Amino acid sequence: MTASSGVVALEQPAKTQGMSLDKKRQIWGWIFLSPWIFGFFAFTALPMVASLLFSFTDFDLNAADEISFIGLRNYQHLSEDPRVDESLMATFKFSLIALPLAISLPVLLASLLNSKHLLGKTIFRTLFYMPYMVPVVSATYIWGGVLNSETGWINRFLEEVIGLSNGPDWLFSTTWIYPALNIIGLWGIGNAMLYTLAAMQGVPTELYEAARVDGASPVGTFRHITLPMISPVIFYNLILSVIGLFRYFDTPFILKEGSGDPGGATMFFNIHLYKTAFSFKQMGYGSTLAWLLFAMAMGATVLLFITARYWVYYAAGEE
Amino acid sequence: MATTTPNRYPASPFFNKQLQRFGATGLITLFALILALVFLMPFGYGGITAFKDKEQITRSAKGSILPLDPSYYTYPTFEYDGETLDVYEVEAGDQTYQWALVEENKDTGQATYVDIEQPGELITVTSGAAVINSDVVEDIKATKLTAELEIFKVPMEDGSIRELAAVNKTRKAVTFVDPDNPEAGTIEWEGRWRELDMKMVFAPRTGNFKEAWNIADFPLLFRNTLAIAAIGLTGTLISSVCVAYAFSRFPIPGKNIIFLVLIGTIILPSQVRLVPTYAFFSKIGWTGTWLPLTVPHFFANAYNVFLLRQYFMTLPREMDEAAMIDGAGPLTILMRIIIPQSWPVIVAVGLFHFVYAWNDYFEPMIYLLGNPDKVPISVGIQQFNFIYDQQPHLIQATSLLALVVPVAIFFFAQRFFMQGVVITGVEK
Repeated sequence: MTASSGVVALEQPAKTQGMSLDKKRQIWGWIFLSPWIFGFFAFTALPMVASLLFSFTDFDLNAADEISFIGLRNYQHLSEDPRVDESLMATFKFSLIALPLAISLPVLLASLLNSKHLLGKTIFRTLFYMPYMVPVVSATYIWGGVLNSETGWINRFLEEVIGLSNGPDWLFSTTWIYPALNIIGLWGIGNAMLYTLAAMQGVPTELYEAARVDGASPVGTFRHITLPMISPVIFYNLILSVIGLFRYFDTPFILKEGSGDPGGATMFFNIHLYKTAFSFKQMGYGSTLAWLLFAMAMGATVLLFITARYWVYYAAGEE
Repeated sequence: MATTTPNRYPASPFFNKQLQRFGATGLITLFALILALVFLMPFGYGGITAFKDKEQITRSAKGSILPLDPSYYTYPTFEYDGETLDVYEVEAGDQTYQWALVEENKDTGQATYVDIEQPGELITVTSGAAVINSDVVEDIKATKLTAELEIFKVPMEDGSIRELAAVNKTRKAVTFVDPDNPEAGTIEWEGRWRELDMKMVFAPRTGNFKEAWNIADFPLLFRNTLAIAAIGLTGTLISSVCVAYAFSRFPIPGKNIIFLVLIGTIILPSQVRLVPTYAFFSKIGWTGTWLPLTVPHFFANAYNVFLLRQYFMTLPREMDEAAMIDGAGPLTILMRIIIPQSWPVIVAVGLFHFVYAWNDYFEPMIYLLGNPDKVPISVGIQQFNFIYDQQPHLIQATSLLALVVPVAIFFFAQRFFMQGVVITGVEK
């Protein structure tokens, strides 16, 4: 990192003028840092410890004065709770479509926007990014209408243009609900697309020129130069998508008002957690669910970081 | 490429290449255009649906997607004294007349007619009695003939299609009248009227937005959202700037590890800290107020600190050092040197937070449940739509009203959003 040498330079005069100034600057540093340190302890570290402790109790917010320690009973309940399996299954089925999309679509869209043949690049970039600004509540309702099996435009298109008179029942079929939710999620692609585009524009042109001199095909160039060079961003998008999967809540909750319909297909893990902790106020078991989520998310992240060694290419050789 | 085939015309390779490039440009731009249209198509759906009523929405399962109404032709009518009057069939004594109703007084039961055959003088009917041709006639019964006739697109024998109004429909035949030429009399047509298409006219319902605005109480929702966003914005800007300043300029032991922890909080699933935080806020009576949605923002946020720090790092240190030698304290340097040079990124962070606060759904939902007068727009329209879920046009109207502000901000301040992405993108 080149930036740290600058910090050293700044610290130099302090050192020559004696320890007191250095110490003073350090104290100032802590003062400026203090909002985050306080916030970290108050809203992250302590709550995490608290939820770990809660997970061994029968803490019920409706009867907050009668907390008792119940050992591992919540964890035992976890293994017997049919909702846990059901909700993890829903999350898994959703991710089967969501993850491939989250990896490939930003790259494809960014390639399109980066094409030297495209006219009006900035306009298209704006148009593809813009839905990212739409509130999730609005996006869910608007797409909910578009996906309506009778009057929605997708099924109308299938009927009028393709001639398919019985289009999928997107929102009420236990199978089609997952593609439907993924379609709604497409509007959130803007950020990942922009990061990918920025990375593509950052690939040194000399590499492309060298490839051209060597007679590489466009596909070969993309496969052997572009993809490795942007792999850190693909990895970053992948991490964020996996984290997003574990957090997935808003769209299915708004669409189905938390009912889990059709047939439990939208009872995602977080909706189950929400109902337990916030609707039924069972903070004890809710904390157990939250820690299971935390453990799974961390496990997945660590796993991704391990695999990253084999496919993510860091040009500068760091990390 | 250049050495493949020998060309007969020297200009041709250049020309060929030009043509190829034009072709590629056209195709790729066209492809992007279609993709963008498909991607943004839901806005069109929402916009059009917000101008329909329930019947028009049901009707759009078949036929056109536009807000259309069937069109009607009022027939028969009678023009009298510059007004279009309804026509009645009147039984008076042993005679049957066709009269047009000029005036009717509901209170006295008195009605004034004009005979359409002899429109000279008016006939006044009082309690079923009138003077007709200087005779008093009683027990007058008037039946309205004028009706709203549906207009169909009727295929005629000569292959043309005429728009005709159906006077009388039976199962296998219809009596039509031509709205453009009613004097020509009726036209008999054989066939099933159910198989005919109705003539539709464009009839948008412009009142839906106003209705949604009033019922969902958008003024209140806008006020709440703006207040929550503005308080959080102030908090996160002050605290994040300070923390980023600390990370970029001060010798703090273990700074790199602290920074890693900070970044680590980005990927932490929020649920694991939300459950006890909720219990705590509920215990100290903060649920049902804006405090849980605003106070935590006064303690910096990893994204914002990261963005600001990246930017601060790029600022030259010479000015800091010069100011320090002149005896300026750290606070003065922050206020006078760092912040004035960092407006683009500060604005970007502010905009990101504003849009985040405007769009946030989960936290306002859990903390403000059951306090409809305090909720921001996202929760407000969700609750509204929960109640009005049988009114798709109102749902679309509220959804569009809620997205106007963040989307408008994005269009006007695009530069700042893109810059934010570039700053973040450099590191990753």
